[in-house]
Amino acid sequence: MQTHQAKRVEITIEAVMENRLAKALLEAGVTGFTVLPVLSGSGRSGHWSREGQVTRAGGMVSVICIIRPERLDALLDAAFSVVDRHIGVVSIVDCEVLRAERF
Amino acid sequence: MGDMLALAVGNLLSPIILFFVLGFAAAFARSDLSIPEAVAKGLSLYLLFAIGFKGGASVADHGIDATLLFSLGAGVILSFAMPLIAFALLRAMSGLSVMDAAAVAGHYGSISIVTFVAASSVLQSAGLQAEGYMVAVAAVMEAPAILSALWIIARFGNSSAQMESGLIREILLNGSIVLLVGSFLIGWITGQDGLDMIAPFIVAPFQGVLCLFLLDMGLVAGRGLREARSVLRPGVFLFGILMPPIGASLGLGFGLLLGLSPGGVVLLMTLAASASYIAVPAAMRVALPEANPSIYLTLSLGVTFPFNLTLGIPLYLAVVRALTGA
Repeated sequence: MQTHQAKRVEITIEAVMENRLAKALLEAGVTGFTVLPVLSGSGRSGHWSREGQVTRAGGMVSVICIIRPERLDALLDAAFSVVDRHIGVVSIVDCEVLRAERF
Repeated sequence: MGDMLALAVGNLLSPIILFFVLGFAAAFARSDLSIPEAVAKGLSLYLLFAIGFKGGASVADHGIDATLLFSLGAGVILSFAMPLIAFALLRAMSGLSVMDAAAVAGHYGSISIVTFVAASSVLQSAGLQAEGYMVAVAAVMEAPAILSALWIIARFGNSSAQMESGLIREILLNGSIVLLVGSFLIGWITGQDGLDMIAPFIVAPFQGVLCLFLLDMGLVAGRGLREARSVLRPGVFLFGILMPPIGASLGLGFGLLLGLSPGGVVLLMTLAASASYIAVPAAMRVALPEANPSIYLTLSLGVTFPFNLTLGIPLYLAVVRALTGA
């Protein structure tokens, strides 16, 4: 099966910033991404859990984008403009996709 | 004094407080008791819907007067002013940074609708009526405090707060406000007939739902306090129980000045004494991400909320009774 090189970018960010990040990604020409709820985790601020939060201010989401390599810089610029001052993790890994025209 | 004590004990032994205490204790004992997120959200929607609708129906029943507009104005003034007092107090007694103190201060100008609902329930048990439009006063007190907090940062801080155009819109149109105000308006339009129609759903089960919701709030508050004890230095903790009576005193002054009913004065005191843990934390995470959320969430939810629920509301009621003879 023919596969194509792509980049998988995962941005874990506070739930309150989700809409802002989505807007920035769309403006940067990213046509598709997936948002997943994050259940719990641990970081420099200690352990936290989605369970028992009364406000979305305490939650995190994970935004996953798979894009062509040449679009990576634009995506990172857009993402960083949003996450710069906020708690969050941005990671990039190489991946392969079957239908390149979709990315 | 004996009456005040009896009232305080009576309130402490009401089901809503005992369920809150149960949740609080369960969280401290590290029990796995939990209310599923979707159920908690549903309970919260129910309470907002019921309290808004009943407030609107009450206004339809009793009519409106100039006091409504003045009460709304008083709510806005209190919400704008209290963060300034809270900020000065925090800087004097806690040693928090300007950023953290401003973020905390914003919470203390805004309100906790659950505290308001609990106070309404206590008033009902005490046989006191309040103006139905106090629900609208609660709604207008959500946002001004956030602007005050951002102004404090602009004036005293060395970091720029980001006041985005969409932020105020998000605050004013957050789901809780929309449901509360919307239910209030529908209750107002449909009046007593509308209330009679849905009373079996929003009147009879109300106290039971409130118990379950406060059980969840107890769990959340207990977990938050357990996990964030390290950030609560004595000065910060003291602020969390000193600020509510200060806010309540201002509410008392405004309430008496406006000529509100004794029940209305208690509700205005409760609103002024409460601290937000829904709208303001979300706004602060967007506008002041450098501020430590553990401090403001633990203070408002883990200290001030339990204080108001157990000691504050009975105290405010007792003061109003002593002053008005109600």
